[in-house]
Amino acid sequence: MKTHDLIELASRNLRESALRNALTTLGIAVGVASLVAMLSLGVGLQDLASRRLAQSGLFESVIVYSRREAREFSRTERRAVPADVGEGRALDEAARQQMAKLPNVLEVNPDVRFPTEVRFGERSFFTMVAGLPDSARSSDAFDGMQGRFFSSVAADEAILQIEFAKDVNPLPATLIGQEVVLRYAERQPLDSPAVGRRARAPAAGGDGNGEAAFPGFSVVRREKSLRIVGIIETQPFGGISNFGRGRLFLPLEVAEALHTVQVSNVRDLMRATPTLKTYTALTVRMASPAQVPAAQQAIKKMGFSAFSLLDATRNLRRFFAVLDVFLGIFGSLALGVASLGIVNTLVMAILERRREIGILKALGASDRDVKLLFFAEAGAMGLAGGVLGVVLGWGMGRLINFGTNVYLRQQDLPPENIWSVPWWLVAGALAFSILVSLASGMYPASRAAKLDPVQALRYE
Amino acid sequence: MPGEVRNGTTIRAVHVRRHYQMGAEVVRAVDGVSLDVRRGEFLALLGSSGSGKSTLMNLFAGLDRPTGGAIVVEGRDLAQLNAEDLARYRRHTVGMVFQSFNLVASMTLLENVELPLRLAETPREGREAAVRAALERVGLGARLKHRPSEMSGGEQQRAALARALVNRPSILLADEPTGNLDSRTGEEILRLISEINAQGTTVVIVTHERPLAERFANRITVLGDGRVISDGRNGPAHPGSAAP
Repeated sequence: MKTHDLIELASRNLRESALRNALTTLGIAVGVASLVAMLSLGVGLQDLASRRLAQSGLFESVIVYSRREAREFSRTERRAVPADVGEGRALDEAARQQMAKLPNVLEVNPDVRFPTEVRFGERSFFTMVAGLPDSARSSDAFDGMQGRFFSSVAADEAILQIEFAKDVNPLPATLIGQEVVLRYAERQPLDSPAVGRRARAPAAGGDGNGEAAFPGFSVVRREKSLRIVGIIETQPFGGISNFGRGRLFLPLEVAEALHTVQVSNVRDLMRATPTLKTYTALTVRMASPAQVPAAQQAIKKMGFSAFSLLDATRNLRRFFAVLDVFLGIFGSLALGVASLGIVNTLVMAILERRREIGILKALGASDRDVKLLFFAEAGAMGLAGGVLGVVLGWGMGRLINFGTNVYLRQQDLPPENIWSVPWWLVAGALAFSILVSLASGMYPASRAAKLDPVQALRYE
Repeated sequence: MPGEVRNGTTIRAVHVRRHYQMGAEVVRAVDGVSLDVRRGEFLALLGSSGSGKSTLMNLFAGLDRPTGGAIVVEGRDLAQLNAEDLARYRRHTVGMVFQSFNLVASMTLLENVELPLRLAETPREGREAAVRAALERVGLGARLKHRPSEMSGGEQQRAALARALVNRPSILLADEPTGNLDSRTGEEILRLISEINAQGTTVVIVTHERPLAERFANRITVLGDGRVISDGRNGPAHPGSAAP
């Protein structure tokens, strides 16, 4: 029998027992809807996490340390450094410029963090201050912040992290527009008038603070007034990046200009051969996460330790893959139950249409024709149930998303889209629905095909 | 009127047996029937209930397989055909008419008669014309959209005849075609079958109505207990022969 005849006969037969077949199809639709709903939730959550992480800017960045520093960090880092690397290159201005010239690098920023005393009125607080590059304004941490981001890269302005702001004032919002004073340790060359000694080394270089290769430096207490312009709820870059680990933030250029004493300065001083001023760490920002591995590789070849958070996303993807499998299994349970409905419907149809099957065979239908006819009916129910199920699942998703956002709004949280129905899920759900329906139709179809026409024709 | 009889055997049954195992007992529905049906012949199989005539008809139709012997139709031994070839044989070589009409109740006449054309994969564009021609041949040209429940028994049987003939088979097999009809309608149906036979189609009918058989068939074979009891010509122009 030709395909179009098969389809016509199958749809005719389905129309004959419209109510029963519609209920069976509805059962499949509910199964598919549950599958789509579950997987859409998984995919939506994965998208949300990926979007959030992408907005954090962490995945576009490579964090660079000198291998000297890496040796002194964790056991893992020590293992990552080959034994024959020796001391490795210093993470200095020349290295920073070299990295800035790598393809697709947007900027290379130093890690400027320092402990300080923050004075607000008569009270003082000891906390960690970090410099933020201007590009940080696109970080999700500043979405919905109180106040605003820095007005310029050189503005004497500060943004407070909410917990610190609460320490300063239980009503943090009132802090915006007020001034705080930082008291910090400034690094000065030994020939500074404040020290009265001169010990300049012959080598050239420096960081613009008059420092050259020197055997030591002096530390002077300084103060800096900053106007509070904003308060943020979360830490920038998820608190993972070096920039993120602070409680008070100021523009990176302002922070650099303070010439605060960094841990690396002290470490350099202890070395047998003092070098130029070095950075504790550099953050190399790329145009997109896809460019990170190549840059990471190039920086490692320069002789530095380079880390990115792409490895973390691999684990995240693995987690969501497992979550999707579990959600898919739970979603498929309903479809499994629905498939029993198909078996039941088709077996009933065989009983009812026993005589009709006998007539078909007497008129020349082969076993294959009869089998295909029942398969087509099962497939048609699967297709119809699949389409309806996808629509139902999509609707359920919108409803759950709506409900979630109502709840989030009640909790004073910004709305989120936790729902995603990608095209592959729609196509996959339809294919799965048809496949399950065909599998369910196998036994009834085979039973119908094996009917003895003589017996079937006698059936009343 | 019986049609023209051409030379040549179209159905040859050779020591055909169809035995059924019913528990410990063996039912010998057909037990060693040998019979030649010539091309263009109108053969009536007579016999009492349980004589094996319907079983023999099912064997001729390829709906059942013999447990012994051979049935050779137009040169092909049905016992040797696989299921697919047997289905093809039912589609193209034979047309079947049943006592209870066996029209699909949910289908219109058009759809019922179109079924064999669908199964034979006849191109769609020629189908409706073929269905109309077949129904007009049996006088139902105006009833295309009617369902079997809207028709009388005689009309249903005529529709069944149209369905059996729409693929232009060379053999028409009719199992008790008048069994569910009154005598006048039964006679009409047999007249129609006789006209079809006159146009060259070999006809084998099973009946228990000897007067009708004597009136329309040109050969009568009587079965009893699964065996041929008698086999003879019925009228001068219709040779029939029983194999030894």
